[in-house]
Amino acid sequence: MSTASPDHKDVDAHTGTATTGHEWDGIRELNTPLPKWWLNIFYACIVWAVGYWIVYPAIPLATSFTKGVIGYSSRGEVTQELADLQSARAPMVKALAGASFADIEKDPKLLTFARAQGKAAFGDNCAPCHGAGGGGSKAFPNLVDDDWLWGAGSLEDIQQTLTHGIRSADPEARAGNMPAFGDGVLKPVEISLVSDYVRSLSSLPVDKAVDLKAGEKVFAENCAACHGDNGKGNNELGAPNLTDQIWLYGSDKVTIAEGITKGRGGIMPNWGGRLDAGTIKALAVYVRTLGGGR
Amino acid sequence: MGPVKFATIAAVFWGIAGFTVGLIIASQLAFPALNFDLPWTAFGRMRPLHTSAVIFAFGGNVLIATSFYVVQRTCRARLAGDLSPWFVVLGYNFFIVIAGTGYLLGITQSKEYAEPEWYADILLTVVWVVYFLVFLCTIIKREEPHIYVANWFYLAFILTIAVLHLGNNPSIPVSIYSSKSYIVWSGVQDAMVQWWYGHNAVGFFLTAGFLGIMYYFIPKRAERPVYSYRLSIIHFWSLIFMYIWAGPHHLHYTALPDWAQTLGMTFSIMLWMPSWGGMINGLMTLSGAWDKLRTDPVLRMLVVSVAFYGMSTFEGPLMSIKAVNSLSHYTDWTIGHVHSGALGWVGYVSFGAIYCLVPWLWNKPKLYSLRLVNWHFWISTLGIVCYISAMWVAGIMQGLMWRAYTSLGFLEYSFLETVEAMHPFYIIRAFGGGLFLAGALIMVWNIYKTIVSPSEETEVSATPALVPAE
Amino acid sequence: MSLWNKHAIFEKNSIVLLIGVLIVISIGGLVEILPLFYLKSTIEKVEGIRPYTPLELAGRNIYVREGCYNCHSQMIRALRDEVERYGHYSLAAESMYDHPFQWGSKRNGPDIARVGGKYSDDWQRRHLANPRAVVSGSIMPGYPFLAKTPLDADKIDQDMKVLAIEGVPYTDEMIAKAAIDLKAQATDDDANAADLIKRYPKANARAFGEQKGVITEADALIAYLQSLGTAVDFKIYDDKANMR
Ligand code: HEC
Ligand code: HEC
Ligand code: HEC
Ligand code: HEM
Ligand code: HEM
Ligand SMILES: [Ca+2]
Ligand SMILES: [Ca+2]
Ligand SMILES: [Cu+2]
Repeated sequence: MSTASPDHKDVDAHTGTATTGHEWDGIRELNTPLPKWWLNIFYACIVWAVGYWIVYPAIPLATSFTKGVIGYSSRGEVTQELADLQSARAPMVKALAGASFADIEKDPKLLTFARAQGKAAFGDNCAPCHGAGGGGSKAFPNLVDDDWLWGAGSLEDIQQTLTHGIRSADPEARAGNMPAFGDGVLKPVEISLVSDYVRSLSSLPVDKAVDLKAGEKVFAENCAACHGDNGKGNNELGAPNLTDQIWLYGSDKVTIAEGITKGRGGIMPNWGGRLDAGTIKALAVYVRTLGGGR
Repeated sequence: MGPVKFATIAAVFWGIAGFTVGLIIASQLAFPALNFDLPWTAFGRMRPLHTSAVIFAFGGNVLIATSFYVVQRTCRARLAGDLSPWFVVLGYNFFIVIAGTGYLLGITQSKEYAEPEWYADILLTVVWVVYFLVFLCTIIKREEPHIYVANWFYLAFILTIAVLHLGNNPSIPVSIYSSKSYIVWSGVQDAMVQWWYGHNAVGFFLTAGFLGIMYYFIPKRAERPVYSYRLSIIHFWSLIFMYIWAGPHHLHYTALPDWAQTLGMTFSIMLWMPSWGGMINGLMTLSGAWDKLRTDPVLRMLVVSVAFYGMSTFEGPLMSIKAVNSLSHYTDWTIGHVHSGALGWVGYVSFGAIYCLVPWLWNKPKLYSLRLVNWHFWISTLGIVCYISAMWVAGIMQGLMWRAYTSLGFLEYSFLETVEAMHPFYIIRAFGGGLFLAGALIMVWNIYKTIVSPSEETEVSATPALVPAE
Repeated sequence: MSLWNKHAIFEKNSIVLLIGVLIVISIGGLVEILPLFYLKSTIEKVEGIRPYTPLELAGRNIYVREGCYNCHSQMIRALRDEVERYGHYSLAAESMYDHPFQWGSKRNGPDIARVGGKYSDDWQRRHLANPRAVVSGSIMPGYPFLAKTPLDADKIDQDMKVLAIEGVPYTDEMIAKAAIDLKAQATDDDANAADLIKRYPKANARAFGEQKGVITEADALIAYLQSLGTAVDFKIYDDKANMR
């Protein structure tokens, strides 16, 4: 094929290339051949693509598809990668599974590993409720302090909480709500009185005119069963200590009265179905060593 | 006022609207308080408003205006039908209003770039069929023996968009009084059909159609012949053949079977050279006229648009490689890629065409001010650079953070840490978007002043036999 | 005559050009799409996938309406980090009743394909109303109006009828009992809850909101979110049988 078209002799002066001889609204076309480099890369891409179809799953057929000569599948690949990852971690994971908390604390390598694993799981699973540093927020407890709602903050207690959750759907969940006293049990005045009394337990300022004795009576009759005679709470029932200035929901009277009226019962999901036992143990170590439990 | 003039003005109007909404959603990602806790101002409803406004309202009107103009000039024939072109232009813009207000009310099919619900889809179908017929019949009526390459691209664009629109939207309304419908297929099949559509909305709306613009306005403005007729042929057919296959690159590593992912990836790579064929033809048309780039900012805009086209069609095949896509998918890298194509290619080629068209249509000797075009060019170039470089850094960083592992073999970052790391880049992006919008506002002023300037006394000189429909 | 001149047939005849284009653009789509409908390997064989309950369906419609898919993917890719972060990679079967699919294409927020059961209803409520009140660095919009708007789902059975035509296995009974099921699912200890769970195994039936007697849009949306990714029991799922 020559550059000049045989049909006519219209040549562009600047390039010396023949045009196709047509003109549309003053626009003409050169009959320049395809750039070599362009054509070569194009061919190379096509050859590569055909090679790829042979190697990888590619062509759909009537009842199946070509599987490719190396037996690749992206699901197969990720399954293998995950298995590799697990076997790389396996020695440490095994050591962690068998160790008691005392052992873990003594072994810096194990502790570092457990904390690293715990931290990774914490960021995406726990931080949305308990905050990035575990500091908590209204209705979601602080995990950094030494105040535990449930159990004594031992590794086993925390593990139990994480695996089965609190008031979750898990049959072994930690259970027990704070009842709604507004549903006919207590009159608004009584709720107001006992709210002030609760504040006084933490030495928060209370209106002088309030009869704290009356509030104390309401408390003894209705609340002490869970929160204890002195209001120090009961961590078998998840009933918070009301004397320690640490508040799950808040210390202002409105919030306290609201809780008494409507009841309380925050839900912590059960992680046993979602995270494996090793991760949960690591999380427990992580949470435990965040600052609480000392 | 004729339909071409109307569509030109509409394009400018919707462009400003779409860029403004883009700026709003960009700011929302940087400062979430700007969602205002209201249904119709929240990001989730505003984002489709942005994409539809820029692609379909702005881009669509540019395509209708230029295709109607170009087909008449290059066929030496008037538009077929007397009222049909008006029906196309008005009907299309009516569709846009119906669809866009629907999004704000929460009426959406949730299929990207195909959000309009069934009643708007039907309206668009009718309008589009008329558009197709007007265009085809004008070609049939032509006085020129050959169909010019720009019209191949326009025709392929109009026809394929019709096929895609019909293919992606079959749905059953809950009742004829309800705006809600359910698409007939589901899950993985729906995903494949959607990205067959979605990718080719890019390939035919944002690429083939705009290549039609390139093939007319660049040689016209540069006053040079098109570089290679043979390249036109090869890249036209290979482009439209291969584009259709590339959809699965939006679904790498998902529940779409591997065989389909392979086809999507390989065809995307093969698509590289067909795409660059268009770029070569656009750029090399300048040979013998490169000096004009210094003096004519309109031509500069057109040429830079082709360079951006080349860049995004290199980046696209790169991102189609499964290993690369495993990093880039779901991240702002995609957004960077989109906007290098959208702002650089679609935006600039449209601005260039509009700057050419306005004096021609309104019969003015020249634009009100080339200096203002120069300002538009530099301000928006700076905007684009801020936008896409911020998104590349953000996207790659995001992708790397998501998959980062500590030395002990655990994920290093929580998702939220990656959200927080994006903040500075979202601010730079919004700044860049603001510059791009500012440039477009300069264009509005320039066009307004051009239209109100005194008209040329003489007849349109080039082809006195033909005054294009306005 | 060179080969190039043969192209004139397309340039001189618009109908030939048109037909040429039509043929060329049809092939790829047909080859990629049709096999997905007939190849048995496309959708995995798994236990546990069921259609959405009326309440979940109503919630899903709100998810679509608010455009949550613009920020959230529901597709965990088969990649190591995604499986570690979000759980087992998503199966095609898990979205087989999704008209339309909600896989998403951008993660401004995390993937939520398996968010069901991850948080409490209370957290979801607080988070939807004001995301930054629970997650301080969040960029998610607040949707306080959802908990204030009563759910309008009187005609949800119409929706189910349409979906049944499209192949979702809603039985006549399910459609007839839609309103009862919807109420049963959104109420604590409703007498019809057992029936609901028979029809829709593993459905969460409880008061998702705080307001008594009013089912809000937030309740439906939370019911939907709490169902996501919970259908398949991956302890018994056979990975190897479904590599493709
Ligand atoms: C849906 C929100 C939510 C998520 C997610 C969550 N928690 Fe909790 N968590 C709670 C609530 C609420 C409580 C308190 C329950 C109560 O009031 O007794 C709690 C309690 C706890 C306790 C007991 C504290 C104590 O004082 O006894 C521990 C430990 C804990 N969470 C750790 C975690 C860890 C580790 C994770 C991640 C795997 C996690 N939480 C995820 C909501 C959540
Ligand atoms: C059946 C056991 C039970 C009884 C009886 C009970 N509570 Fe509670 N209370 C709880 C539990 C459990 C919680 C924690 C709920 C949670 O973690 O969401 C709690 C939480 C509280 C809180 C919130 C503490 C904080 O840190 O924000 C206050 C205040 C309180 N109770 C006061 C009272 C008063 C006053 C009464 C009597 C009128 C009372 N409780 C009776 C179990 C009980
Ligand atoms: C502007 C983007 C954006 C929009 C729109 C958006 N979200 Fe989010 N979403 C986020 C971000 C960022 C996070 C992560 C931070 C957080 O938890 O708030 C998130 C987190 C979530 C989570 C917690 C996921 C997890 O596993 O931690 C849920 C559930 C959720 N969003 C649901 C929704 C729903 C439902 C809608 C629509 C009504 C919605 N989102 C709209 C950005 C968004
Ligand atoms: C002022 C200029 C613009 C700004 C500030 C802007 C901003 C944005 C933002 C913030 C998003 C959402 C990104 C995300 O979800 O993370 C977006 C998406 C998008 N924009 Fe723009 N935009 C602008 C102009 C344009 C133009 C001119 C076009 C097309 C011609 C365009 C096409 C798109 C598309 C297609 C998407 C969706 C991308 C995807 O889903 O991957 N934008 N834009
Ligand atoms: C050879 C040409 C091209 C190829 C192979 C290509 C490839 C790709 C790939 C791989 C993605 C990312 C998909 C994902 O991970 O989700 C993408 C997204 C996108 N590209 Fe391109 N691209 C090309 C050209 C263009 C051009 C010229 C534009 C013009 C504007 C464009 C617009 C878009 C848009 C809008 C998206 C976002 C889709 C979405 O997720 O919503 N592309 N492209
Ligand atoms: Ca539609
Ligand atoms: Ca997208
Ligand atoms: Cu694509």
